[in-house]
Amino acid sequence: MPEIDLALLQPVLADLGPQGRTALLPALHAAQELYGYIPEPVAAAVGQALRVPLADVYGVIDFYALFYREPVAKTIIHVCGDPACSMAGADGVMKVMAQQVERHRLPGEIQDTIQVERAPCLGLCEHAPALLVQGAPVPKADTQSWEDLVSGKAQRPYSVVGGDINLLTFNCGKGRITNLDEYRQSGGYDSLRKALALSPDAIVAEVKAAGLVGRGGAAFPTGAKWEAVAASSEPVKYVVCNADEAEPGTFKDRVVIEDDPHRVLEGLIICAFAVGAHKGYLYIRGEYQLQYLILKAAIAEARQAGILGRNILDSGFDFDIELRRGAGAYICGEETALFESIEGKRGFPRIKPPFPTTHGLFGKPTVINNVETLINIPLILKIGSAAYRHLGTQKSPGPKLFCLSGDVMRPGLYEVPFGVTFRHLMDDLAGGMRAGHKFQAALFGGAAGAFAVEKDLDVRLSFEDLRAAGLPLGSGVITVFDETRDMQEILLRLGHFFADESCGKCYPCQMGTQRQYEILQRIAENRPLPGDKDRLLDVGWTMTDASLCGLGQTAASAVMSAIRHWPELFEARQTTPEGGLA
Amino acid sequence: MTDSITLTIDGNPVQAAPGTTILKAAASVGIEIPTICYHDYCTSNALCRLCVVEVEGARTLVPSCVAKISEGMQVSTHTERVKRARRTILEMLATTVDLSEAPDIQAYMREYGARDERFPEAEQRISPVLDDNPMYIRDYSKCVLCWRCVQVCAEDAQYTYAINFTGRGFETQIGTFFEKPLPETTCVFCGQCVAVCPTNALKPKRQWLLEQGRSPDEIMSLTRSERRRRMRREAAAEQPATGGKS
Repeated sequence: MPEIDLALLQPVLADLGPQGRTALLPALHAAQELYGYIPEPVAAAVGQALRVPLADVYGVIDFYALFYREPVAKTIIHVCGDPACSMAGADGVMKVMAQQVERHRLPGEIQDTIQVERAPCLGLCEHAPALLVQGAPVPKADTQSWEDLVSGKAQRPYSVVGGDINLLTFNCGKGRITNLDEYRQSGGYDSLRKALALSPDAIVAEVKAAGLVGRGGAAFPTGAKWEAVAASSEPVKYVVCNADEAEPGTFKDRVVIEDDPHRVLEGLIICAFAVGAHKGYLYIRGEYQLQYLILKAAIAEARQAGILGRNILDSGFDFDIELRRGAGAYICGEETALFESIEGKRGFPRIKPPFPTTHGLFGKPTVINNVETLINIPLILKIGSAAYRHLGTQKSPGPKLFCLSGDVMRPGLYEVPFGVTFRHLMDDLAGGMRAGHKFQAALFGGAAGAFAVEKDLDVRLSFEDLRAAGLPLGSGVITVFDETRDMQEILLRLGHFFADESCGKCYPCQMGTQRQYEILQRIAENRPLPGDKDRLLDVGWTMTDASLCGLGQTAASAVMSAIRHWPELFEARQTTPEGGLA
Repeated sequence: MTDSITLTIDGNPVQAAPGTTILKAAASVGIEIPTICYHDYCTSNALCRLCVVEVEGARTLVPSCVAKISEGMQVSTHTERVKRARRTILEMLATTVDLSEAPDIQAYMREYGARDERFPEAEQRISPVLDDNPMYIRDYSKCVLCWRCVQVCAEDAQYTYAINFTGRGFETQIGTFFEKPLPETTCVFCGQCVAVCPTNALKPKRQWLLEQGRSPDEIMSLTRSERRRRMRREAAAEQPATGGKS
């Protein structure tokens, strides 16, 4: 092992040390950038500087998929293995990559210079099959040459954006980042100015009147959340933007941040002013390295222009945002696990109650909102709650972003008012099924979702209509499957995803995701055991009914929905004498 | 706030002080709710989920070890829905962990009709016995991840922080910093983790050696020589400059 020069780390520790444990993930990220991985003496130095017990430091390193405690290759290629990319040929890409690594291995080399890893959904579903080369996104990996990939010449993907309206995505899909000047020219930060001239109560009232509910999947009324935190007499409060987007098939946060980062900041600043918070955090998933850098630049621009920091726009209001990176853990999208992660801990969800509005980040009253929720805020203030309510349906007001991927002609991000039909979204906006193929099913809500079939094509996309149809809206993700797709294979991938991403805290999910995956493996290999369907149902109900957090409670959702639609998929299939499937 | 809350548990009216958990309120009228991770002197984390009960109006089952009672609450502790969850959790546990020295959990399995073989071809969590110190052994094949040892090592009792979690999901384990042997960690061998372990995954070394068929005399001499070795090591560490052989 080469000598580890701890002196390299000293500036980082001098900077982050005084913050204590909350700086653990930033310190580990910085250490890994310096050394390529996190060697033991480095981990020990980080623990000592931040005053974190060493066993805890190790526990944190080992929890997050993007931290390495052993030496790794100089370049790591993450190949997405979840449904949208796998349908576009990710397994073939993975195989070719592994062969290339083999071919380019020098004789006597101990450590490969390139290593290939299967990754959970990278949020690049409209560019499937996608991958990350040392964090840099690459679209349509099956069409890229190896040389372009490893030399970093492959061009980064640009978002595909469409829809009936563009109230939220006005600046998106143009193939470039909207900088502060352009954002202002498009009316950006006017809503903030307006908000700063209002009373905080009036803003909360306006958000409530608009009927905005959270767009991250739980659909909790945003105004009620803000009201609870605004009413708290605690002097220290926080606002947090949840950009830990990782639900397979979801890429809307990525697109919005990539193309129009200031809109997110504007929403968060207004939120802080309305509830009386002076510090905010923006937590973005570790895989979104490019988007992290875009946000970092946008925050710097905003500070420079007096939109963040002391006395924002001469209003007397002080507020700043700390940008935080995750490190490869789907569970950190769960709000309390996200708090734990910011606090420098393993991403274990907390028991609720108490809820974040009273005991959130660092135990203080906290508003935590998803990216899409927050970008609705400037719009509400701009057009007013009455006009906002004219969009969408009576019970689901406003615009909605849908991430459409899979077997459609134009996978992409589509903005529509709530209430359009699924058929409209799929056929009119996304161009329908790929030529020559028929619709089989669509997964609504990602891995944690449920399947829609032919009879659901005319369902209206609103909370109330989807609820009646037994479909989740989730975060607005729809993955479409044509008639050629093997649903057992799709379910296996979803099962793998949850088994990989369960945090391991509560028994139903820790063991249930593993047992579910094992049974789905048997089924995909056409060797189910008698009673496997009942086992899946028992495991599924137990996870749904008894798990501690939303991950476990939805980890069996897609499987149970498949059992309802296609019970025959869970029985042994007839095989031909040659061993093929009949 | 009133001095006492009235609720109904399995049809029985129950009175208890505000702040009481459903688990304690049920126990006060002789209704036993099964638990694995719960311990009277440890922080409750509601993670084994064996103590879940049905509460009228709640979307999912509710962990009774942490859920507080409220006025007029209707609780059912042994419905089919509850039993299905408990049975399935026990069946998954039995195929994951060696429960041979966990008689309480075995009794629950009989009570709920949970079968050891419910999940065939299931991966078990198997790991070698860690025998790295003279005081206790760690047999994580028997570990049910109740978290008690980690907690008593930290804020629940000792504030030594020698152990924490490693891995995640099904692969979660208890471990030290970079898997170091316990004598090289902050462990002070207070024995509190051994005392709270519900499955004998942590066991006094002497007991373990007796079970291995060693005689008491052998064990005496074994642990004595370990103690001597340790004293020699420490003496050597204190005098690095003398060049003495270690």
